[in-house]
Amino acid sequence: MELEAQPFVINFGPSHPSTHGVFRLRTILDGEVIVDVEPIFGYLHRGIEKLAEGRTYVQNIPFTDRLDYLASMTANHGYVLAVEKLAGIEVPERAEYLRVIMSELMRISSHLMAVGFLTNELGAMMTPLLYMYREREKILDLFEMVCGQRLTYNYMRFGGVSHDIPREFLPAVKKFVREMPGFIDEYDQLLKENEIVLARTKGVGILPADVAINYSVSGPMLRASGVKWDIRKDDPYSVYDRFDFDIPTGSAGDIYDRYRQRIEEMRQSVRILEQAIEQIPPGEVCTKVPSLLRPPKGEVFARIEAPKGELGYYLVSDGSIAPYRFRVRPPALINLGVLRYMSRGWKIGDLIAIFGSVDICVAEVDR
Amino acid sequence: MSVWEYIVDLFVNVRTDWIEWLQGFNLASSLIILLDSLIGIILMLIFVFPIVIIFIWLERRFIAWMQLRPGPNRCGPFGLLQPIADAIKTLIKELIMPAKGDKLVHWLAPVVLFFSGLMLFAVIPIGKGHLGALADLNIGILYIVAIGSLSVTAIFMAGWSSNNKYALLGAMRAVAQLVSYEVPMVLSIVGVVLIVGSLQMSEIVGQQSYPFILVQPLGCFIYFIGAMAELNRSPMDQIEAESELTTGYFTEYSGMKFATFFLGEYISTLAIATIVTTLFLGGWKGPFLPVWFWFVFKVFAVFLVILWMRATLIRVRIDQIMAFSWKFLLPMALINIFITAAEVLIWDKWMSGWESFPWPFIFVNWAIAVVLILLWSKIFFKLGGGRVEVGEVRPGYSQGYGADLQAPVS
Repeated sequence: MELEAQPFVINFGPSHPSTHGVFRLRTILDGEVIVDVEPIFGYLHRGIEKLAEGRTYVQNIPFTDRLDYLASMTANHGYVLAVEKLAGIEVPERAEYLRVIMSELMRISSHLMAVGFLTNELGAMMTPLLYMYREREKILDLFEMVCGQRLTYNYMRFGGVSHDIPREFLPAVKKFVREMPGFIDEYDQLLKENEIVLARTKGVGILPADVAINYSVSGPMLRASGVKWDIRKDDPYSVYDRFDFDIPTGSAGDIYDRYRQRIEEMRQSVRILEQAIEQIPPGEVCTKVPSLLRPPKGEVFARIEAPKGELGYYLVSDGSIAPYRFRVRPPALINLGVLRYMSRGWKIGDLIAIFGSVDICVAEVDR
Repeated sequence: MSVWEYIVDLFVNVRTDWIEWLQGFNLASSLIILLDSLIGIILMLIFVFPIVIIFIWLERRFIAWMQLRPGPNRCGPFGLLQPIADAIKTLIKELIMPAKGDKLVHWLAPVVLFFSGLMLFAVIPIGKGHLGALADLNIGILYIVAIGSLSVTAIFMAGWSSNNKYALLGAMRAVAQLVSYEVPMVLSIVGVVLIVGSLQMSEIVGQQSYPFILVQPLGCFIYFIGAMAELNRSPMDQIEAESELTTGYFTEYSGMKFATFFLGEYISTLAIATIVTTLFLGGWKGPFLPVWFWFVFKVFAVFLVILWMRATLIRVRIDQIMAFSWKFLLPMALINIFITAAEVLIWDKWMSGWESFPWPFIFVNWAIAVVLILLWSKIFFKLGGGRVEVGEVRPGYSQGYGADLQAPVS
């Protein structure tokens, strides 16, 4: 009798400890080796893009909070930039600086989560993650000080931000900026030269630069592959052109490079914060904008450098109070496209690690 | 005998009195042995469980302390009653049986694991002389090796009977990993046996005028790592691998069946800690304080090291873990046997005046251990056990794993 080997199909998810939410990886295995992997999503689809068409422009700001809930401030930022571009609204300088401060704090927080969960998926028993939570808590405290919220901020408005910062905010940010490099060194001490981390991540899940560009990958993943592309520098928005910061890039594009990329970006964010606190001018934080905004007919695309990659908003206005079309370019969804390329031929443990290094937020993937 | 002297070797003294009292009734000697063993087993059960409960509490509090969080602190003082609350919770939970699973094997697996851990304590000496251990077998170490490898069966039974893909993957990993680590583990004990010249546990402790970790650093190192792999503890917790296989082989277990697995694992951990203490840390020996205190103290010290590793390190991939056993630990264990045998020969021939194993060998062995580990780790990477060099993609692991990969998703 001839025995035939069957492919072993296993579903990681929809409810699995390391899928970052409700997400499914349909995997075909040959023993431990990944023969094929197919990401299946849509479990968290809330129809935000359609819902947004029935609401006014201002009412849509809270929706953007719920896209990438680990980086709500940047999601806000992208949307208000798009509407401002559409309606031609001027933003006071102080508000621009506040937006930059919030976005960079958000970037640090999001990258902390990305690296923390990556180590968790590599099999650390929560320890690096909980150390990173310590700093994330400080950032969330800062946000709470500003807008009273810790997760969904709804802070940005067309023409500025919802309200000015309290007096004790800037000293608190200063203290955070002073301490943060020390904490980043602490993570490096635990992870950077760790032999097991190197063995698990070096050379695993390589994403070459040309493939990354072909798949339209953006953000830290693209830069880790060695492509120097950062919208803050290449297509500056807000007041990013006034700051002096570098764009770190990786070389090999493996998991280790993606992890290092996020750590280095945190250091650069700290640099931007330092300068922003020094330069922030006094003055108004929001221009007068009618609450029932009627932008002129037309369409607009605005993009920002969100922590997870290039976050774009495409808006079409028909001159009414609600957008005719509200479309989000979610960086995480597009970065996921390359998962199959990266993980075939590796083992189960590597698949989970590669998936973690993509850094997705299912709420943003499914919208 | 003063009260202090009685307390110092409490276990043995109580047992001696108990046997003398039994002999007063003119019973047959076989009946005395039977009664003595029965009481011993009951006492063991009574004492193992509180220690395991303290272990569970300690693990949660210690790891919480390492991770900057308070840990359980609601039930009782310092959360000491938390394990009891957990036990009650699991007791009243539903027992779920997978529809197409193998019922009998599914029920039997936790029991096998539980008792294979518990049986190990029978030969561990907690006091001086033959009466120190419950059953001081003259093949003590052989017994430990034999019983210790039973847990593989239990884990495979659990994984197979669950009819679950995660569980099956976990069980497959378990068989590969546990069988591989058994080999260097057993070979690492041989060094101790060579020095002592006996397999009896009481004899091994009796001959340790200083802890054997000093003369057998390599053996201790290999045994400890092998034990970590046997216990499925991080960084070798491939078998459970929470982020990959949810919980591996006991994915389908719930309620008391799960709790039995859980308890069984902690009992195995306790057993391994006691074995490391007995073989390499001088067992119950220690100055001034009662022997049982030293024993418990050393066991907890070993356990804290296990916890420390669990809280710090990241899981190793399955092929790396296998390579580490066969290409790193096994050659080291063989070299260790060779060196120890040579030293025992030298002791016999030229240094027969020494009562215990000559202490100058401590320096020799430590030097050899350090040099070997450093050298062999270099060779180990050459053999392909370590990380992949950037830019180089190894055949069999590469993106182009096989022609099948190009086939479309069906």
